[in-house]
Amino acid sequence: MDVAQLKRQLFEYTTLLFHEGFLDEQFTQLQQLQDENNPDFVVEVVSLFFDDSERLLNELATALDQQNIDFNKVDAHVHQLKGSSSSIGAQRVQRVCIAFRNSCQDKNVEGCLKCLQEVKHEYSLIKNKLEILFNLEKQILAAGGSPPV
Amino acid sequence: MPKSQFLGVFLNGEVTALVVDDHKVSQIIHHQLLNFFGIKNHVVGNRKEAIEIPYSGKKFDLILMDRDMPVLNGIEATKKLRDMGVRSTIAGVSSHSISEERQEFFEAGLDDCHEKPLTAAKLLSVVSKIKSKA
Repeated sequence: MDVAQLKRQLFEYTTLLFHEGFLDEQFTQLQQLQDENNPDFVVEVVSLFFDDSERLLNELATALDQQNIDFNKVDAHVHQLKGSSSSIGAQRVQRVCIAFRNSCQDKNVEGCLKCLQEVKHEYSLIKNKLEILFNLEKQILAAGGSPPV
Repeated sequence: MPKSQFLGVFLNGEVTALVVDDHKVSQIIHHQLLNFFGIKNHVVGNRKEAIEIPYSGKKFDLILMDRDMPVLNGIEATKKLRDMGVRSTIAGVSSHSISEERQEFFEAGLDDCHEKPLTAAKLLSVVSKIKSKA
């Protein structure tokens, strides 16, 4: 596939992600902060987000597995996840976090467990899609093109 | 016009900033956002480090203070810094938009407050409020 085709593919894929609500304006902000001095900025931030989210999801599973659930602890973790997902524009993850926090505030165990499943699902979706996006960018670079800004 | 040149129009000389946030994702974004605007910045991961800064003799024109941090939260840290005589422009960054909490944050000594995540537009608004160098 030539560079022009790859670029078109990347453009279409990115547009789709925005259209389906997986990403929002904040992701565009991050892309705009990337320049020659910091050519891997977006990948770096998103990688941090992946590491952070995986850690938080594990902590959440542990916290919700306790006999006496500490809802403040659960809420604190969800709050962090909400913060970092909104920082990178992962809109759907952020939305589930909002519902998750409501369940915490209501001390609703079932609600929390359901939200945990949902947030895990949304997280794995966005992770997968961002990896595809970055892979397309890599292919463009490898084919001798410069990544679109 | 590159962003940093645009800012140079109403910023006289070099502007320095301190980012106070314990969250790695926010740290890296705020750091890059400030870099992009040509603002030299230093990042600390917790309030305790932030309130030790005045003792080190370092002065910053702008402090970006995250509200939610463990140990010493942003409100207390802001109060402490003001009590220590820090006159820098302090902008709060918070994921809460509840008015009472914003009010409390402002009363602690903020000059400006914005909801996370910080964007280029929000930062421009903050920078326009920077008082003469601290």
